[in-house]
Amino acid sequence: MATRPLSPHLTIWKWGPAMLVSILHRVSGDGLAFVGLPVLLWWLGALASGPEAYATFAGWMWADLGALEWSGAAILTSALLVVLKLVTIGLSWAFFNHLCSGLRHFVMDAGAGYELDTNKRWSIMTTAGGIVLTAAFWAVLVLL
Amino acid sequence: MGTEMTKGSDHGSGHWMLMQYTSAGALITCAYLVISFLLLPDLGYATLTGWLGGLGPSFAVGLLIVAVFWHARLGLQVLVEDYVADPGRRFAAVLALNLAAFAGGAFGILCLIRIGTGAA
Repeated sequence: MATRPLSPHLTIWKWGPAMLVSILHRVSGDGLAFVGLPVLLWWLGALASGPEAYATFAGWMWADLGALEWSGAAILTSALLVVLKLVTIGLSWAFFNHLCSGLRHFVMDAGAGYELDTNKRWSIMTTAGGIVLTAAFWAVLVLL
Repeated sequence: MGTEMTKGSDHGSGHWMLMQYTSAGALITCAYLVISFLLLPDLGYATLTGWLGGLGPSFAVGLLIVAVFWHARLGLQVLVEDYVADPGRRFAAVLALNLAAFAGGAFGILCLIRIGTGAA
Protein backbone atom coordinates (compact mmCIF):
# COMPACT_ATOMS: atom_id res chain seq x y z
CA MET A 1 0.00 0.00 0.00
CA ALA A 2 1.46 3.34 -1.04
CA THR A 3 2.06 5.80 1.79
CA ARG A 4 1.72 8.78 -0.57
CA PRO A 5 -1.72 10.44 -0.89
CA LEU A 6 -4.00 8.56 -3.29
CA SER A 7 -6.44 10.09 -5.73
CA PRO A 8 -10.11 9.85 -4.76
CA HIS A 9 -11.50 6.60 -6.09
CA LEU A 10 -14.76 4.66 -6.19
CA THR A 11 -13.95 2.97 -2.88
CA ILE A 12 -12.66 6.10 -1.13
CA TRP A 13 -15.50 8.40 -0.17
CA LYS A 14 -17.73 9.37 2.72
CA TRP A 15 -21.29 10.63 2.94
CA GLY A 16 -21.96 14.35 2.64
CA PRO A 17 -25.11 16.48 2.37
CA ALA A 18 -24.68 17.01 -1.40
CA MET A 19 -24.58 13.23 -2.00
CA LEU A 20 -27.69 12.80 0.09
CA VAL A 21 -29.60 15.46 -1.91
CA SER A 22 -28.51 13.82 -5.15
CA ILE A 23 -29.68 10.31 -4.30
CA LEU A 24 -32.88 11.56 -2.63
CA HIS A 25 -33.68 13.53 -5.80
CA ARG A 26 -33.52 10.29 -7.77
CA VAL A 27 -35.33 8.22 -5.13
CA SER A 28 -38.17 10.73 -4.71
CA GLY A 29 -38.46 11.36 -8.46
CA ASP A 30 -38.59 7.69 -9.36
CA GLY A 31 -40.95 7.04 -6.46
CA LEU A 32 -43.29 9.71 -7.77
CA ALA A 33 -43.09 8.22 -11.28
CA PHE A 34 -43.58 4.56 -10.32
CA VAL A 35 -46.03 4.99 -7.41
CA GLY A 36 -47.27 8.60 -7.48
CA LEU A 37 -48.48 8.64 -11.09
CA PRO A 38 -50.45 5.35 -10.79
CA VAL A 39 -52.07 6.70 -7.61
CA LEU A 40 -52.85 10.00 -9.42
CA LEU A 41 -54.53 8.05 -12.23
CA TRP A 42 -56.44 5.86 -9.75
CA TRP A 43 -57.64 9.06 -8.03
CA LEU A 44 -58.79 10.63 -11.33
CA GLY A 45 -60.25 7.33 -12.58
CA ALA A 46 -62.22 6.91 -9.36
CA LEU A 47 -63.53 10.48 -9.58
CA ALA A 48 -64.59 9.79 -13.19
CA SER A 49 -66.30 6.52 -12.23
CA GLY A 50 -68.64 7.65 -9.44
CA PRO A 51 -69.01 7.90 -5.66
CA GLU A 52 -68.58 4.16 -4.98
CA ALA A 53 -65.32 3.98 -6.93
CA TYR A 54 -64.05 7.04 -5.08
CA ALA A 55 -65.01 5.52 -1.73
CA THR A 56 -63.00 2.41 -2.69
CA PHE A 57 -59.98 4.55 -3.61
CA ALA A 58 -60.17 6.62 -0.42
CA GLY A 59 -60.79 3.47 1.67
CA TRP A 60 -57.52 1.90 0.46
CA MET A 61 -55.23 4.94 0.32
CA TRP A 62 -56.55 6.83 3.37
CA ALA A 63 -58.15 4.29 5.71
CA ASP A 64 -59.67 5.21 9.06
CA LEU A 65 -57.02 3.62 11.29
CA GLY A 66 -59.33 3.67 14.32
CA ALA A 67 -61.81 1.34 12.59
CA LEU A 68 -59.29 -1.40 11.72
CA GLU A 69 -59.70 -4.94 13.03
CA TRP A 70 -56.67 -6.72 14.46
CA SER A 71 -57.87 -10.32 14.72
CA GLY A 72 -57.83 -13.34 12.39
CA ALA A 73 -57.35 -12.86 8.66
CA ALA A 74 -58.31 -9.18 8.97
CA ILE A 75 -54.81 -8.50 10.36
CA LEU A 76 -53.32 -8.79 6.85
CA THR A 77 -55.79 -6.30 5.37
CA SER A 78 -55.33 -3.92 8.30
CA ALA A 79 -51.55 -4.07 7.96
CA LEU A 80 -51.84 -3.32 4.24
CA LEU A 81 -54.09 -0.33 4.96
CA VAL A 82 -51.55 1.06 7.44
CA VAL A 83 -48.78 0.62 4.83
CA LEU A 84 -50.88 2.35 2.15
CA LYS A 85 -51.54 5.29 4.44
CA LEU A 86 -47.78 5.58 4.97
CA VAL A 87 -47.36 5.37 1.17
CA THR A 88 -49.74 8.32 0.74
CA ILE A 89 -47.81 10.38 3.29
CA GLY A 90 -44.54 9.18 1.73
CA LEU A 91 -45.69 10.39 -1.69
CA SER A 92 -46.32 13.86 -0.26
CA TRP A 93 -42.74 13.83 1.13
CA ALA A 94 -41.41 12.62 -2.24
CA PHE A 95 -43.20 15.51 -3.94
CA PHE A 96 -41.92 18.22 -1.59
CA ASN A 97 -38.41 16.72 -1.48
CA HIS A 98 -38.22 16.52 -5.28
CA LEU A 99 -39.58 20.07 -5.49
CA CYS A 100 -36.85 21.44 -3.19
CA SER A 101 -33.99 19.50 -4.78
CA GLY A 102 -35.36 20.40 -8.22
CA LEU A 103 -35.21 24.09 -7.31
CA ARG A 104 -31.59 23.48 -6.22
CA HIS A 105 -30.95 22.05 -9.69
CA PHE A 106 -32.36 25.24 -11.26
CA VAL A 107 -29.91 27.35 -9.23
CA MET A 108 -26.91 25.10 -9.92
CA ASP A 109 -27.77 24.82 -13.64
CA ALA A 110 -27.52 28.63 -13.70
CA GLY A 111 -23.94 28.20 -12.48
CA ALA A 112 -24.44 29.33 -8.88
CA GLY A 113 -23.85 27.67 -5.52
CA TYR A 114 -20.73 25.59 -6.25
CA GLU A 115 -18.56 27.02 -3.45
CA LEU A 116 -17.99 24.20 -0.94
CA ASP A 117 -19.53 25.89 2.11
CA THR A 118 -22.48 27.34 0.13
CA ASN A 119 -23.10 23.99 -1.52
CA LYS A 120 -23.07 22.14 1.80
CA ARG A 121 -25.37 24.70 3.47
CA TRP A 122 -27.98 24.59 0.69
CA SER A 123 -27.79 20.80 0.50
CA ILE A 124 -28.82 20.65 4.15
CA MET A 125 -31.48 23.35 3.63
CA THR A 126 -32.90 21.44 0.63
CA THR A 127 -33.27 18.16 2.51
CA ALA A 128 -34.72 19.89 5.57
CA GLY A 129 -37.05 21.94 3.34
CA GLY A 130 -38.70 18.82 1.93
CA ILE A 131 -39.46 17.51 5.42
CA VAL A 132 -40.68 20.90 6.72
CA LEU A 133 -43.00 21.46 3.73
CA THR A 134 -44.43 17.94 4.12
CA ALA A 135 -45.14 18.54 7.81
CA ALA A 136 -46.63 21.98 7.09
CA PHE A 137 -48.87 20.58 4.32
CA TRP A 138 -50.40 17.91 6.57
CA ALA A 139 -50.67 20.28 9.50
CA VAL A 140 -52.69 22.76 7.41
CA LEU A 141 -54.76 20.03 5.73
CA VAL A 142 -55.68 18.20 8.96
CA LEU A 143 -55.74 20.97 11.54
CA LEU A 144 -57.15 24.00 9.69
CA MET B 1 -38.06 14.43 -27.02
CA GLY B 2 -34.61 12.78 -27.00
CA THR B 3 -34.86 9.66 -29.11
CA GLU B 4 -35.65 6.03 -28.53
CA MET B 5 -32.65 4.70 -30.43
CA THR B 6 -29.85 6.53 -28.62
CA LYS B 7 -29.15 8.08 -25.25
CA GLY B 8 -30.55 11.47 -24.29
CA SER B 9 -27.02 12.53 -23.42
CA ASP B 10 -26.05 11.99 -27.09
CA HIS B 11 -28.34 14.80 -28.14
CA GLY B 12 -26.66 17.87 -26.75
CA SER B 13 -28.88 20.08 -24.70
CA GLY B 14 -32.25 18.88 -26.09
CA HIS B 15 -33.12 16.44 -23.28
CA TRP B 16 -31.77 18.84 -20.66
CA MET B 17 -33.77 21.82 -21.97
CA LEU B 18 -36.99 19.77 -22.02
CA MET B 19 -36.25 18.77 -18.42
CA GLN B 20 -36.18 22.49 -17.52
CA TYR B 21 -39.41 23.29 -19.39
CA THR B 22 -41.38 20.34 -18.03
CA SER B 23 -40.12 20.89 -14.47
CA ALA B 24 -41.23 24.54 -14.63
CA GLY B 25 -44.65 23.42 -15.91
CA ALA B 26 -44.92 20.73 -13.23
CA LEU B 27 -43.85 23.23 -10.56
CA ILE B 28 -46.59 25.73 -11.45
CA THR B 29 -49.41 23.23 -11.95
CA CYS B 30 -48.51 21.10 -8.90
CA ALA B 31 -48.36 24.23 -6.75
CA TYR B 32 -51.89 25.01 -7.99
CA LEU B 33 -53.08 21.49 -7.06
CA VAL B 34 -51.47 21.50 -3.60
CA ILE B 35 -52.88 24.94 -2.75
CA SER B 36 -56.29 23.84 -4.04
CA PHE B 37 -56.18 20.77 -1.76
CA LEU B 38 -55.52 23.10 1.19
CA LEU B 39 -58.24 25.60 0.25
CA LEU B 40 -61.06 23.18 -0.62
CA PRO B 41 -63.49 22.64 2.27
CA ASP B 42 -62.98 18.85 2.10
CA LEU B 43 -61.60 16.23 -0.30
CA GLY B 44 -64.82 14.23 -0.68
CA TYR B 45 -66.33 13.01 -3.96
CA ALA B 46 -68.93 15.78 -4.37
CA THR B 47 -66.48 18.59 -3.59
CA LEU B 48 -63.74 17.26 -5.86
CA THR B 49 -65.94 16.45 -8.86
CA GLY B 50 -67.68 19.82 -8.53
CA TRP B 51 -64.31 21.55 -8.41
CA LEU B 52 -62.72 19.53 -11.26
CA GLY B 53 -65.87 20.03 -13.34
CA GLY B 54 -65.02 23.73 -13.58
CA LEU B 55 -63.19 24.88 -16.71
CA GLY B 56 -60.26 26.52 -14.88
CA PRO B 57 -59.35 23.63 -12.54
CA SER B 58 -59.94 21.10 -15.36
CA PHE B 59 -57.57 23.06 -17.63
CA ALA B 60 -54.92 23.39 -14.89
CA VAL B 61 -55.00 19.69 -13.96
CA GLY B 62 -54.93 18.82 -17.68
CA LEU B 63 -51.73 20.83 -18.02
CA LEU B 64 -50.43 19.13 -14.85
CA ILE B 65 -50.96 15.71 -16.41
CA VAL B 66 -49.07 16.69 -19.58
CA ALA B 67 -46.21 18.24 -17.56
CA VAL B 68 -45.74 15.45 -15.00
CA PHE B 69 -46.03 12.54 -17.45
CA TRP B 70 -43.61 14.21 -19.87
CA HIS B 71 -41.26 15.05 -16.99
CA ALA B 72 -41.46 11.46 -15.64
CA ARG B 73 -40.78 10.08 -19.12
CA LEU B 74 -37.59 12.18 -19.33
CA GLY B 75 -36.52 11.34 -15.78
CA LEU B 76 -37.05 7.59 -16.14
CA GLN B 77 -35.15 7.70 -19.45
CA VAL B 78 -32.12 8.87 -17.44
CA LEU B 79 -32.69 6.01 -14.99
CA VAL B 80 -32.81 3.48 -17.83
CA GLU B 81 -29.68 4.92 -19.47
CA ASP B 82 -27.78 4.80 -16.17
CA TYR B 83 -28.63 1.21 -15.26
CA VAL B 84 -29.46 -0.65 -18.51
CA ALA B 85 -26.21 -1.08 -20.42
CA ASP B 86 -27.29 -3.51 -23.16
CA PRO B 87 -28.54 -1.52 -26.22
CA GLY B 88 -31.34 -3.98 -27.00
CA ARG B 89 -32.67 -4.02 -23.45
CA ARG B 90 -32.30 -0.25 -23.27
CA PHE B 91 -34.34 0.17 -26.44
CA ALA B 92 -37.05 -2.13 -25.08
CA ALA B 93 -37.13 -0.27 -21.75
CA VAL B 94 -37.37 3.18 -23.36
CA LEU B 95 -40.03 1.89 -25.78
CA ALA B 96 -42.13 0.58 -22.87
CA LEU B 97 -41.53 3.85 -21.02
CA ASN B 98 -42.82 5.91 -23.97
CA LEU B 99 -45.93 3.75 -24.36
CA ALA B 100 -46.68 3.85 -20.62
CA ALA B 101 -46.14 7.61 -20.31
CA PHE B 102 -48.34 8.40 -23.30
CA ALA B 103 -51.07 5.96 -22.24
CA GLY B 104 -51.02 7.25 -18.66
CA GLY B 105 -51.31 10.87 -19.73
CA ALA B 106 -54.09 10.07 -22.19
CA PHE B 107 -56.05 8.19 -19.49
CA GLY B 108 -55.71 11.14 -17.11
CA ILE B 109 -57.04 13.60 -19.72
CA LEU B 110 -59.92 11.24 -20.56
CA CYS B 111 -60.86 11.09 -16.86
CA LEU B 112 -60.91 14.91 -16.72
CA ILE B 113 -63.24 15.06 -19.72
CA ARG B 114 -65.60 12.50 -18.18
CA ILE B 115 -65.63 14.37 -14.86
CA GLY B 116 -66.26 17.66 -16.70
CA THR B 117 -69.11 16.31 -18.80
CA GLY B 118 -70.69 14.47 -15.88
CA ALA B 119 -70.37 11.13 -17.72
CA ALA B 120 -69.78 9.42 -14.36
